[in-house]
Amino acid sequence: MNLEFTQEEQDFRDEVRAFLKEKLPARLSDKVRQGKRLTKQDMEEWHAILNEKGWLAPHWPEQYGGTNWSVMQKFIFETETAMAHAPRIVPFGLSMLAPVLIKYGSEEQRQHYLPRILDGTDWWCQGYSEPGAGSDLASLKTSAVREGDHYIVNGQKTWTTLGQYADWIFCLVRTDSSGKKQEGISFLLIDMDTPGIEVRPIKLLDGDAEVNEVFFTDVKVPVENLVGEENKGWTYAKFLLTYERTNIAGIGASMAAIERLKHIARTTKKNGVLLADDPLFAQRLARLEIDLENMKTTNLRVLDAAGKGGVPVAESSMLKIRGTEIRQEIGALMRRAAGRYAQPFVSESMEEGYNGTPVGPEWVGPVSSQYFNNRKLSIFGGSNEVQREIITKAILEL
Amino acid sequence: MDFAIGEDRQMLSDTMSRFLAKNFDWEKRLKVIETDTGFDRDLWNELAELGVLGALFSEDVGGFGGTGFDIGTVFGEVGRAIATGPFLETLMAGRLLAAAGETDALESVIGGEKIVTFAHQPAHDAETGEESDVTASGSGEDWTLTGTKGVVGYIGAADLIVVTADDKAFLVEAGGEGVTVSDYKMVDGGAGGELHLSGTPAKLLAGVTAEDIAAAEAAGIVALSWEGVAIMDQLREQTLEYMRTRKQFGIPIGKFQALQHRMATLALEIEQARSASINAAAYFDKPERDRFSAAAKYTLGHVGNLAAEEAIQIHGGIGMTWELPLSHYAKRMVMLGHVLGDEDEHLSRYIALMQAA
Ligand SMILES: Cc1cc2nc3c(=O)[nH]c(=O)nc-3n(C[C@H](O)[C@H](O)[C@H](O)COP(=O)(O)OP(=O)(O)OC[C@H]3O[C@@H](n4cnc5c(N)ncnc54)[C@H](O)[C@@H]3O)c2cc1C
Repeated sequence: MNLEFTQEEQDFRDEVRAFLKEKLPARLSDKVRQGKRLTKQDMEEWHAILNEKGWLAPHWPEQYGGTNWSVMQKFIFETETAMAHAPRIVPFGLSMLAPVLIKYGSEEQRQHYLPRILDGTDWWCQGYSEPGAGSDLASLKTSAVREGDHYIVNGQKTWTTLGQYADWIFCLVRTDSSGKKQEGISFLLIDMDTPGIEVRPIKLLDGDAEVNEVFFTDVKVPVENLVGEENKGWTYAKFLLTYERTNIAGIGASMAAIERLKHIARTTKKNGVLLADDPLFAQRLARLEIDLENMKTTNLRVLDAAGKGGVPVAESSMLKIRGTEIRQEIGALMRRAAGRYAQPFVSESMEEGYNGTPVGPEWVGPVSSQYFNNRKLSIFGGSNEVQREIITKAILEL
Repeated sequence: MDFAIGEDRQMLSDTMSRFLAKNFDWEKRLKVIETDTGFDRDLWNELAELGVLGALFSEDVGGFGGTGFDIGTVFGEVGRAIATGPFLETLMAGRLLAAAGETDALESVIGGEKIVTFAHQPAHDAETGEESDVTASGSGEDWTLTGTKGVVGYIGAADLIVVTADDKAFLVEAGGEGVTVSDYKMVDGGAGGELHLSGTPAKLLAGVTAEDIAAAEAAGIVALSWEGVAIMDQLREQTLEYMRTRKQFGIPIGKFQALQHRMATLALEIEQARSASINAAAYFDKPERDRFSAAAKYTLGHVGNLAAEEAIQIHGGIGMTWELPLSHYAKRMVMLGHVLGDEDEHLSRYIALMQAA
């Protein structure tokens, strides 16, 4: 066993670092580091920079614009970009839909949609959840009825992240309700401009509107927008969810966030004592770092096994659970570090270019909002309870 | 031993609860928290008329309560309705006014005519990165204050400000010479701000000692503990109700044993927190005060976070929405942990007291 990077991996890391140094705009990395709100343009700007370099879709096959990197290279890329405070990749088109199209779509669909994902023509959103179908996703009711060369879609999706920006939505729809509920689901691509679609924002507890309800009333969708076979959508959906899960674990993001937290602990005093010297705070911080170090290696073991053809079902659930717990705990510690200054809510201070008098230490502005917003990490992508169910069924043999 | 709250307090609690249910319903709260002041002045006056503020003080200073359990009763109702307003500030500043025999000022506060706030904790100095506090200079009747206080509750609406400096307390008129306020909204919907004083004339609250200030802090912690437990009760009840009605996989999610055990643990923890809040109130005027105060604030922080996080998690996505009252209870719960020191600070304090004993 050997955990050291090879010479090639070290060279690769240097190449990534050099690229980030040259191409990642300070305007964007400052915003990410300071926890300011990213606009649609910000995200598109970073996508375009990566796309120009050919690094926007490392996990795609080379023929469609991927990189052919090893799992280790992908890991290095993810952690280096996160440590440099690059914006996170918007996952819906790149990391969710694309793998499904590549594995199950038609060649026509791949030729049409994949380049548009890369060049930013289409912004995608994910239409899985419904008011009555969350954890029990397979009970979804939004229906698609075939009429000639169209499906007529009726129903409602909810929690649609960044749906307000989306040009397209990939949806799970019910095409058959006669048999087992998993066997009547299809995977449909829907143009958000089609008549009969209405998007309504949902305000979350931090005051922001990043999720939406999407209503469908007699929406006409051409049959060629069906991915794969009718009534086989559940298979594709589950395939997508494994991708989503590992993505949410966000190890790179946690590495960057812990660095920042340590810096804050070394420079912030509470009752006259540096947080880093406060035994209770230091203990929390140390535990967190130990957990993350352990998880980095767990993650590499999973990636290694997956690269050799394994199907790490239970392991990807483990990564999702612990990865999100770590991200949430980092948020909780930031809040602790902020002390009483976790209370002020100066919404404007989360916008770019805000130059009002800072309230409290310069980093505290978004701390509470992020802590509350991060509650979502253990809820979406299959809640952490559902992940435990998966682990139980997959490996415990009880 | 007697764990009954007492008839008078029960009446106060019922009155307050009926009043708030009628005059501070959810629609009203959503409107109030969007305002700059973060609370409703008319409602405040009506609460004062009902005697809610008087219950926080003893008879000899113009109130009709003032014990730990009186304070607890009022703040339990504040928590149940997650009412916004300078309740805590009134309690703490009012006690120092009382200790100094400032009965006129206190009377105007208890009657609701004047809003008082309590500027106690230092501010953060952006230049040095250190905490910076207010210092006092002068003697006799003649004092001025200079410096900054941080996160002062409802400072924007205050008429009177009780400021602590150098283990003394002072009374400052809001809007007076050398007083600058930058106010802001708070995460839980209330309001606060930074108070800047420069050569500000202030009235010494004669006779107030460091011990009086410590007692005011202890009173504040009794208040927060009872408020917190009331919020925990709400978080638990609302979550259990949701578990009985929300169905996934064809059955109410409350039937999943994994969730049942989580709620059982939470119920246990909340009872522990309730006991901590009772201890804090019972020992509030006894020599063991500080130990039970630290214990209560530690427990409140620890169980409060658990309650808020579990309540949201078990609700799933809906628990994260502005529209659901639960998310506002969760925010208030977590924010209480940031008032008068968090669980770590009070655990350290407890350790120090234990080591000194
Ligand atoms: C901020 C945010 C963004 C989202 N973005 C999207 C998006 O872009 N697209 C999309 O399709 N969806 C999205 N979702 C939806 C998300 O996937 C669902 O919220 C999630 O699947 C949980 O469903 P639910 O909210 O209905 O909770 P429920 O399924 O009702 O669950 C409630 C609680 O019960 C628990 N539970 C359920 N079943 C079991 C069981 N068998 N055993 C034990 N516990 C159980 C859950 O873990 C949870 O704690 C998003 C959600 C959030 C909060």
